[in-house]
This record gives sequence, C-alpha cells and structure tokens, in this order.
Amino acid sequence: MASVHAYQQTGRVRFWDRLNISTKRVIWAWTFLALPILFYTGIRFYPTFQAFWLSLTNWDLLRPAQFIGLANYQKMFADPIFWKVFQNTFLYLLVGTPLSLLISFVIAYYLDRVRFMHGFIRALYFLPFLTTAAAMGWVWRWFYQPVPIGVINSVLSTIGIEQQPFLRSTTQALPAVLVPAIWAGLGFQIIIFMAGLRAIPGTFYEAARIDGLGDWAILRKITIPLLKPTTVFLVVFSSIGFLRIFDQVYNMTTNDPGGPLNATKPLVLMIYQTAFSSYQMGYAAAQTVVLFTILLIVSLLQLYVLREKK
Amino acid sequence: MFTKAKLAGLAAGISFLALGSAQAVEIEYWQYVFDSRVQAMDKLIENFEAANPDITVKQTTFPYADYQTRVVAAKVAGQGPDVVQLFYGWLDQFVAGGLIRPLDPAVFPHDAIESDFFPIVSAMKRGDDYYGLPTAVRSLALFYNKAIFAEAGIEPPTTLDELLAAAEATTKRDGAGNITSAGITMDMAGQDHHWWRENLVRQFGGEPYDAEGNVAYDSEAGAAGLKFYTDLQTEHNVGLLGFMDEGQAAFRAGLAAMTIDGTFRLGAFASNPFEWGVVELPANAEGVKSNYSSYFANAIGATAEGEELEAAQKFLAYISSPEAMEIWLETVGELPARRDVALTEANLADPILAPFLSGLEYAHTTQFYDEAGQRQVAIDMVNRVLLEGQVIEDSVKQAAEAEQAIIDAARQ
Amino acid sequence: MTATTTSATELAANRRDIRPGRIITWTLLLIGGLIMVTPLLFMFSTSLKTAGQVYDLKLIPAAPTLDNYIKVLGDGRFMQWFLNSTFIAITVTASNVFFDSLVGYTLAKFEFRGRYFIFLAILSTLMIPTEMLVIPWYLMSSQLGWLNSYWGIMFPGMMTAFGTFLMKQFFEGVPNDFLEAARVDGLNEFTIWWKIAMPMVVPAISALAIFTFLGNWTAFFWPLIVTTSKELYTLPVGISSFSAEASIQWELIMTGAAIGTIPTLLVFLALQRFIVRGVMLAGLKG
Repeated sequence: MASVHAYQQTGRVRFWDRLNISTKRVIWAWTFLALPILFYTGIRFYPTFQAFWLSLTNWDLLRPAQFIGLANYQKMFADPIFWKVFQNTFLYLLVGTPLSLLISFVIAYYLDRVRFMHGFIRALYFLPFLTTAAAMGWVWRWFYQPVPIGVINSVLSTIGIEQQPFLRSTTQALPAVLVPAIWAGLGFQIIIFMAGLRAIPGTFYEAARIDGLGDWAILRKITIPLLKPTTVFLVVFSSIGFLRIFDQVYNMTTNDPGGPLNATKPLVLMIYQTAFSSYQMGYAAAQTVVLFTILLIVSLLQLYVLREKK
Repeated sequence: MFTKAKLAGLAAGISFLALGSAQAVEIEYWQYVFDSRVQAMDKLIENFEAANPDITVKQTTFPYADYQTRVVAAKVAGQGPDVVQLFYGWLDQFVAGGLIRPLDPAVFPHDAIESDFFPIVSAMKRGDDYYGLPTAVRSLALFYNKAIFAEAGIEPPTTLDELLAAAEATTKRDGAGNITSAGITMDMAGQDHHWWRENLVRQFGGEPYDAEGNVAYDSEAGAAGLKFYTDLQTEHNVGLLGFMDEGQAAFRAGLAAMTIDGTFRLGAFASNPFEWGVVELPANAEGVKSNYSSYFANAIGATAEGEELEAAQKFLAYISSPEAMEIWLETVGELPARRDVALTEANLADPILAPFLSGLEYAHTTQFYDEAGQRQVAIDMVNRVLLEGQVIEDSVKQAAEAEQAIIDAARQ
Repeated sequence: MTATTTSATELAANRRDIRPGRIITWTLLLIGGLIMVTPLLFMFSTSLKTAGQVYDLKLIPAAPTLDNYIKVLGDGRFMQWFLNSTFIAITVTASNVFFDSLVGYTLAKFEFRGRYFIFLAILSTLMIPTEMLVIPWYLMSSQLGWLNSYWGIMFPGMMTAFGTFLMKQFFEGVPNDFLEAARVDGLNEFTIWWKIAMPMVVPAISALAIFTFLGNWTAFFWPLIVTTSKELYTLPVGISSFSAEASIQWELIMTGAAIGTIPTLLVFLALQRFIVRGVMLAGLKG
C-alpha cells in the first residue's frame, strides 16, 4: 500500500518536473481560473441566454414554459404602460445623471480648496452614500407628506408658500423620487471628482498662471478637459444606477407601486411586478431584454467616447 | 453484557422515542400581518396546542402587499404552508395555481357548512368542492371621532347629505387653506373603493356589475357616485387623498373626524387615545343603504400530506369553531362567520358591533377575479380625476373598460 | 500627492487677498453639507419621539425616549436581520477579495493563450444587468433548492467583473522582479500570489472590500426576491417589510431606518480616512 502510494507520488513529481517553466505557469493559470470560469459560465452567461429564451415563452411559474415566438414583445410594444415606463426610465436617467454630476462637480471643485474643517464637511456630504436606499425611501416619503406631518410642506406653509403634492402628483412624483436617489449618490461622486482633481499635476496650473489665465479659463481649458476620464467613469456609473432605479420607488410608493397613475414606475419595478406579482415570467424576461439593450447601448457609447480620447 | 430487563427497558425507550418523534407534527399557518389578527391567532394556536399536545403550529406572517407573492414563491420553493389564509377574492387564482386543496367532505360536511355559516361562505365553493372556511366576516361602517364631533356640536351622520355637512363642520384648515385635520379620510387603496363600488354606485341608482358579473358601472349612476367622492376633495375640501399617507393613520392620529373602515380595524383603533364611535354607512336621500361584506378564509395548502394533512384539518376545524370565532371577535373585532355565534343578543345590543351586524343584512359581496388588479383600476380612476383633471364620465368609462378586460382575461 | 500640496498652497497664496469670497464659499459648503444630513437628523430625532410628538416636527425632541428602540428591537427580528446581513456581506466580501484578486492577478501576470479572451469575456459581464439575470437565477434556485437560503442570497455576487478588473489594474503595477525572485526561491505560484503579490496591493484590496461590503449590505432587489421567510431577510428587506407593516406609525418606521443606518455610520466614523481613500482608488482605476 505505502510503496504504491510513494511510487505514484514520485511519478507525479517526475511528470511535473519534466514540464518547462512556461507550461507549468499555463497550468497554474488555468487552475486559478477553473472555478471562476465555471462561475461566470453558469451564473452569468448561461442565465443571460436563458433570459433571451424565456422571453420567447409564456412561462408563468406554475405551469411549464411554452414557446410563443415574439408574442411577449408584441404585447409589450402595444402596451401604453410599457411606453410610459420606458419614458420614466429615461427621465430618471436624463435628469438624474447630468444634475447629480453638475452638483457634485461644483461641490468637489470648491471643497477641494477648503482646508478648514475639510474632513468634517466632506463627511457631511459622504454620509448619505452609506445609507440603505430601502430605509431612506421611507424617510423621504415622510418628508414629502402634506401638512401637518410632512417636513417640507410644513416649512413651505410657514413661509407662506402653497403646499405641494409631491408624491401625490403625476408631475412632481418622479422628481420627488429622484431627489433621494441623487442625494444618496452625491457623496460618492464628490469623492471621485476630488480624487480626479488631485490627480491633475500642479505644474499645469502653475504654467497657466504664468500665461496669465484667469480662474474661469483655467477651469475650462485645464481642469475640465483633464478631468474627462473621471467624468466619463461617473457618467457611466451613475447612468447605470439611474437606469436601474428600484429601491426608492418600491419603498416610497408601496400603496400604489410606481404610482400615481404609473408616474414613477421605472422599468425595473415593472419587471418586478410582472415577474413576482403577476408571475408572467416570460413577459418579464422580454422586459429585461429591453433593459439589457438599453444598458448595452450606454456601455457601447462609453467605449466609443473612451476610444476617441486615445 | 445486558440483562434482559435492561434490554427490555432499552427497547421500550427506543420505541417511546420513535413514537414521540412520529407524533410531534409541526404545521405552518400563514396569514398577512395585521397586529390584532396575529395576536388572535397566537391565542388560538395556544388553545389548540393545549388540546392537541402532539401538534405544534408555527405562525408565519407577511406584509399584505406581497402576501400573495410569498404564497406562490413558497409553493415554487416547495415550502408552502399547511393552513393558509386567503381573501375570498383570490380563490380562483389560488385554485388555478394549485396552491390549496379542496376540503375533504368527510371531515367538513357540506350540509353542516351551509346551515351554520352565513351564506357568503358560498364564495368559497367551486364546482362541488369547498376550498376554505372563514373564521370571521367583515363589513364596513363609518367611524367617527367623538371629541371632534362634540367640539363641532354635531351628531354622527345617517345620510350622505349629513355626511357632507358633518365633514364640512369638522374640517380644520391652516391659513393657506391646507387641511390640518380632515373631515373624512380619502383612501382609495383602503376601503373606499368598496364604498364606491357597492354603496355609492347603488345609492345613485346604478349597479356595479350585471347578473353575469360584467362591469355595469359605466353609467350616470357610476359617474354620479364618483363625483360625490371626488367632490369631497375638489369641491368641498373636506378630505385629501394621501393625507397622512393612509386614511387609517389619519384617523388614529386624531387628525380625521370620520373614516370608512371595516370590522377588522376595531382592534387597531382600540388603542386610540380618544373616544370614537361607529355608525352604519350613510343612506342616500331615499333611504337606500348598502354595504360591502367580505372575508378571509382559511384553506389547506396543497403541499400538506399524510399526518401534516390530518393535523392541518384538525387545526382548520378548530379555527372555524364557535370558540375560535368568539376569541377572534374579542381580539380583532371581526364578526363571527357562524350565524348563531354572531347574532346573539349581546352582540346586537353592542353599540360598536350592532352597526356592522346591521350592515351585514344588506351587504353585497363583490365577485372579484383579480382583487389587486380591480382595486388598482379604481385607484387609477380616482387619480385620473383628482390628479389629471380628467372628466368624470371619461374616467369611469376608462375604468369600466380596464376592469372588464381583467374579468375577460380571468374567465379565459 | 506632493504636486497636490504645492498647488493647494499656491492657490491659497494667490487668494489671500480675496478672503471674503472664501468665507462665503466655505459657509455655503457647510450649509450644503448640513442640508445633506438633514434627513438623517430628522430620522434620528423622530426615532426618539413618542407617537404624539411626531407631529411637532422639532429637530430636538422635547422628551427623548428610547421606547421606540425597545419596541422595535424587542422581538429580536432586527437582530436576526442584522446578523444575516453581516454574515452575508462578510462572506461575499471574502469571496470577492479572494477570487477577484486571483483572477485579476492571473490575467495580469500570466502569459497564456486565451488570456485576452477570458479577460474580455469577464469584462463583458459588466454589461449584463442583474435584473436580466434574476428570473433565470430564480428558476435555477427553485430547481436546486436554493430559494430561501443564505447561499441563495449570496451566490450571484461571489465574484464580480468590476472587482476583477480593479485588481487586474493594480496587479499590473506590481514589478515582475519581485515575483521572479520568489520563483527562484522555489515558491509555488499560489504562494507567490498570496504571500508576495497580495501584500503589495493592500490598498486595492481594501477598496474592493469596502465596495463589496457596502454593496451587499444595502442590496435589496435580489434578497427581496429570493427570501420567502422572515428569518432569512437581510436588513434592507426587513426594514422595508417592517415599515410596510407599521401602518404608517412614523416614529417606528424612523426607528427601523435608524437601526439600519447606525452600523454603517459607526464603521464610517471609525475608518473615515481609510474608506474615503478606498473609494478614491476604486474610482480612479475602475
């Protein structure tokens, strides 16, 4: 027993020793990658293809799936609620991204120059980033209540401004949901912008000063162009965040999810409801394919912009 | 070396252990979260376990909003409840989804069910099978805050006109005209959609559904009923949709003089820090009254098998027994589903219960196909008028079409 | 860093003459910062009020009380959810630190055919939204019995393309000489990675850990879907469910939200510099 074992071991060692160094390293590499490859195949790629397949079926969780061609897509594109949701999703994106980037850049730009209590002020801006969106949704929901309970409306009516319906309005509800989302993300964006600002070598500024450029010109000609990689990163990062908004809407509109009159409903909430309230898994899968397509386009745009830089 | 006695003792011990493990059945009971209902069920479980030491019952609860999702998800996960509570309006979906099983007529004889329970139990019957039994039935009434009414020097209303006058007299507004204390709560996601469907539509001369169960409220009566409701906010400014987020929250905070709610709210309102009373829902000028009655039934989960099934049947029998109904009435305030337990002299003389019991006499029970979907239609109908200024007739028409589509889809 | 300091002093020197402007800027920044934390202040303040005081909207409660905390924490649910979230976030973070680093290292420091393909394949998963995968994951979980289990909550996040990419960037900056020297000493490749390369990218590891932990600690969508019993809820799902059940009793809802917020705030206050630096690193290289 023991001798056989020893023989096998020496055999293996000999086989291993016979390999040249680069072959050994290739074997090591694939060993390191084995489990991750399994993971990415089984938990990322296979489900992606499965989602495409399910979008062509009428699977409803309780009965087996049947192939129904493009019927889910036809139903979706004929559904006015889908288009409303589509529009909402882009509103979240197109208002949320530029607004949050503008605010965070302005704050980062000035905060970077502040030395007195810098850490404290930075912490104030950063704290909301550490909160849980599901919990903060409820805090903001309370803020938006009508008088006598709502904080914002109480302030408004004290200073003589008419109270606003906020979440109880088809026009104000979406911005009202967007504000906490922007609020929670600002701290992160400010920190990243400040990191980007600090990465710009001081010599650039010195040279500009010698050339006699003013503050505004330096900002326009040096700071903003050199900040482009940071900005692109943040645009993509926050775009994806706003496209996938869910936690805030779900928690702020539990009585009438995505309401009133679907005014706040984003695509992800529609997917959730279709899949996990109505159990129309196939139809929901078709909606996820749309989300995938939108994100793909955003990502490709990012690649395009980055390539242009080089 | 074992002696014979020791061996025998050991054998007895083993068989005793085996017996013990075979008899300790645990079953799971599911309902949605509602404080007083959970407390009542805790009591019932305690009594049941005392009478059946070999069975333990575990109560699991979920928020109302995703209760149905949880039931389906658990079925998919193969971990369904043994006894599950469901709204009568969900029955078709639960049966179609294979979530519950029919009651065994040998254990729950049909003639006994039909003679002992209020007739609305028939909503639990599909074909020849009953799928569940209620512990309690519910109806609606008008709750009013006695302190606010005393302050305004008025009596609780009995007609719709008096309701308007009372709301007018009790509304408090700040300098800017904002409501700081509402005359009446407006909460379509709560019970108001029932009030509109089964009361207001009828009181303005129409009916919500025809004999075949198709939508029939796209009429002058339907529009007049909706107008009465939305006028509370737009014309009279005595209520505000979304005031205090939920109607019940406004009433409980003492910031609404009146609210329309059901028997199930009695338990929650018991801890209100003010005195309140209950009257029947107001009649119209001709004296026509109506009400909406409904119930949650308990059914046996499809995954219950063998001894768990047997235990589940025992438990279901207990929670639909007269004793359980009395405990439920005491704790939750919901009316017993058995006639002889409900219509006692004491109950009929009770100032709080009497209005609900009277309501039960002339109540209607909406035949729901998709309760959540149909409720959403009503919520949207009111929102279109109040938030988007849509013409009332158009909004009613649009709602009727949307609801009919839901009904048609469900019948397929 | 030195360049930064020079530029800062430079700017400061140039601006000594326009002090009033700087004071105004500073004041505005402070006011903005205070506005940012107002929701949190109101949350904490309301959690210390009784039901009757909720309506007075004063920031400082007239008679602060911990009753709400006793009530909310009393039945042990929040404790259970807190433990669930902690366990899940720590496990997933450990897994990401291990696997993302290993894969990032392999892609950065090994030469083999298919390397670029694997890198692109992993990177491409960044473009697949989680929401698209939840339905297949749900199906998979129900078939494999993973619904309603810790593993079911954790498995989708055990490795991420973002972390892999981040670590690859950092490992590329590790000089090969060190690794070669270790190879000459006869260390095997795993040991070289773990003992030599990993200690050289500790800042990156901490950045990855912070991000993964925070992301999993606040995750809502997938845990909401995959958990069916309350014992397994994570803190965000628990808070959401608790709030929906509280029938709009704001003082209790705020208490629940506060309980969910306090742990991360405490960790942040303790490790502020560390966390801010980690976020900066991840943002710059990621």
